[in-house]
Amino acid sequence: MKATVIVRLKREVLDVQGRAVERALGTLGFEGVRDVRIGKLIEIELGDQAAGPELEERLRRMCDELLANPVTEDYELRLG
Amino acid sequence: MRAAVIVFPGSNAEVEMCRALTLAGASARTVWHREPNLPPDTELVALPGGFAHGDYLRCGAVARTSPVIAAVRAHAARGGLVLGVCNGFQVLTEAGLLPGALVANAHLRFECSDRWVTVEAEGPFTPRAGVRLRLPVAHGEGRYHVDAEALARLRSEGRVALTYRLASGASPDEFNGSLDAIAGVYGGPSKNVLGMMPHPERAAEPYVGNTDGRSIFDAAVEWCASRQSRACA
Repeated sequence: MKATVIVRLKREVLDVQGRAVERALGTLGFEGVRDVRIGKLIEIELGDQAAGPELEERLRRMCDELLANPVTEDYELRLG
Repeated sequence: MRAAVIVFPGSNAEVEMCRALTLAGASARTVWHREPNLPPDTELVALPGGFAHGDYLRCGAVARTSPVIAAVRAHAARGGLVLGVCNGFQVLTEAGLLPGALVANAHLRFECSDRWVTVEAEGPFTPRAGVRLRLPVAHGEGRYHVDAEALARLRSEGRVALTYRLASGASPDEFNGSLDAIAGVYGGPSKNVLGMMPHPERAAEPYVGNTDGRSIFDAAVEWCASRQSRACA
């Protein structure tokens, strides 16, 4: 079982990295690039732990307690 | 006043933090982050600048899992003084001891310069509002962010401690894009926790050409002394 956590900056937090990359893409001649946002992808190998509400709850706690900062970030959890 | 300066792997400002505290009359010692307890009778805990645990994941995120943090949390809950400077401020927000978070500077550069800072709220570390200090900053992630509701609460409770302004109400110095030009905030049950991005310990003696930072440490030492005399009375 593998979990993937995608962490994104909240919409209301200015993503300065995304803005810089957006400008760089423009400099390279890519037109029509708008609103680039940069996040993080975290993969967690869980061995033979069975999927279910208990595992999901544990993963949510990992996200809430460490992997994402609720003040500035949202996260999305994918299992399997 | 007995002070404990916490050292994480990657801390790099603990020597000047100890020195500034000592100059102000405190007895300061360093405490390794794996210690589960603070030295007995610790009155002030300082979290110095640096890159605790390599700033991996987010600045301060891994540091807040260090064993000593539980002791710092208990010390803060008892009303003990806690000072987090720069990376120490980031650790305090990640640990939930202060509201908000510190994210990448708006201009994306590591900012290393002297800035004007105004005391907006009085507290154990800042006895007089309106005082202006010239303090060095050295950070890549110093843009304070908090949601509107929490900001309103910080303002109404007088917990916005320091802003990058020439005077209270003056136009903000927006060099790092910090919300409301916030440079430091108070937390804890009696404003006993202060987090600030500028480095007062790097401007605390004449030979560096600036002593504006001394007032932060002098105030903390005086606050502890007056609390002791009140307790004895």
